Amino acid sequence: MDIQTFVFFFLSAILVFAALRVITARNPVHAALHLILAFFTCGGIWALLQAEFLAIAIILVYVGAVMVLFLFVVMMLDINMDRIREGFWSYLPLGALLGLLMVMEMSLVLGSKYFQVPAAEAMVPAGVSNTKSIGALMFTDFVYPFELASLILLVGMIAAIVLTHRGPKQSKYTNPNQQVFVKAKDRVRVLQMPVEKD
Amino acid sequence: MDALMNFGQGIFGGVWPAVWTLIKIVLIVAPLMLGVAYLTLAERKVIGYMQVRIGPNRVGPWGLIQPIADGLKLLFKEIIIPGRSSKGVFIIAPMLAIAPALAAWAVVPFTDTLVLANIDASLLYIMAITSIGVYGIILSGWASNSKYAFLGAMRSAAQMISYEIAMGFSLICVLMISNSLNLVEIVNVQDQGRFAGMGLNFLSWNWLPLFPMFIVYLISGTAELNRAPFDVAEGESEIVAGFHIEYSGMAFALFFLAEYANMILVAALTSIMFLGGWLSPVGFLPDGIIWLLAKMSFVLLLFLWFRATFPRYRYDQLMRLGWKVFIPICLIWLVVVGVWMMSPFTIWK
Repeated sequence: MDIQTFVFFFLSAILVFAALRVITARNPVHAALHLILAFFTCGGIWALLQAEFLAIAIILVYVGAVMVLFLFVVMMLDINMDRIREGFWSYLPLGALLGLLMVMEMSLVLGSKYFQVPAAEAMVPAGVSNTKSIGALMFTDFVYPFELASLILLVGMIAAIVLTHRGPKQSKYTNPNQQVFVKAKDRVRVLQMPVEKD
Repeated sequence: MDALMNFGQGIFGGVWPAVWTLIKIVLIVAPLMLGVAYLTLAERKVIGYMQVRIGPNRVGPWGLIQPIADGLKLLFKEIIIPGRSSKGVFIIAPMLAIAPALAAWAVVPFTDTLVLANIDASLLYIMAITSIGVYGIILSGWASNSKYAFLGAMRSAAQMISYEIAMGFSLICVLMISNSLNLVEIVNVQDQGRFAGMGLNFLSWNWLPLFPMFIVYLISGTAELNRAPFDVAEGESEIVAGFHIEYSGMAFALFFLAEYANMILVAALTSIMFLGGWLSPVGFLPDGIIWLLAKMSFVLLLFLWFRATFPRYRYDQLMRLGWKVFIPICLIWLVVVGVWMMSPFTIWK
């Protein structure tokens, strides 16, 4: 077994373990932490597949930003695990059905001929920067899908703001712009008063 | 060098490359840790003089052994684990703080040949690794099971996310004009230009054409480090000591080490990306690692100076600065640089 295979199995073992702990951990924060570990390990496997950009992007975006916010929310929730587990058996058939469906879909996709790339063709020639080629493709051949995706994200962002916006604020607050531009003479006036003689 | 390689090959045989890499890692981490130790002393001395005090001067001549004494004291102290804390996470958190602070140094170039791993996407790697550093703070706050620590962690998480965006945008400008994600390449590009031809090399570094981005990066860097005036995560007067309030002994020291190692890292990155790295400021002097160290010391002095000068930001002001000031500036300058590069007035060929 060469070193690459060993690293692959090592990372895969951690990934499978972490993914299992995400759904079995009793504490939601521990589950989120294992999800972070799973993302990180996934980045490692992608780096092994010479997809350096994807590997770094998943760590930068998912581990570095998305999961921080996720953890932010999960930490503040007061989750009673026993209450959540009450309906476990009644939900199990539906969950199992959905899981089965997903396994079927994935096997269809992974079994298709587009995924059967011979290892020799998948090798990246030396000197080609993964990041550069993805960027070049994104802004030439796939520029319309790319712009469309960003537009969808923008719509999603605006929708989230609209949904959570609760009208103008009723409470009193200070305007930082005015605070920044305040001058000393707006606040304090030093008067020169002649001494009064009796 | 060849003799050393042959000697190592003879002793270790096939595992020599791995051993050699380990030696190189030690050669980076050991001076870094020494730098961290003396940065703490420098901070106390510099702020002392700025406030017309003397600073530590009891341990050794001019207080030079003070950081060693501090380290020993922390090493011998007991690590107290709060009763109802999440024990495993509590112990892992300081490690999660220090590991990324050290791992990021793997791709930092000291000269154009002196770099541990010269990878293509080193800028992306640095951004990814440093973005993990926030977990040490968040988890320590949560695991402590203390309200002050938790508040500190929440503040820190929100702050890190906000300023990472501005930081990323300013770096995008740098990589646009350098046409590369490789840090060595980014420095080499700064060696060309009209002013470099005239011998005034320091005017062709990135800080001048990207001046707004340089300022944004420096300030966001300070915010990412949780340093004053952005140290709301610690906020002694509001939340006692923030996220590390329950930590003692070496666990506390690890947070301290991580903060100062990150300071040196941000100083190194600022020097590399905006101040020309190891390039000499004038044409008639040779380039060398000494210039990088000098620039890093200057940026570090700025951090200390900030701390001695500015009062702490209020939390809403901090968020406003990140989202409503820096991000619009970055977006506008991104377009300006793009147009500039495509126009006939471009200075980057």
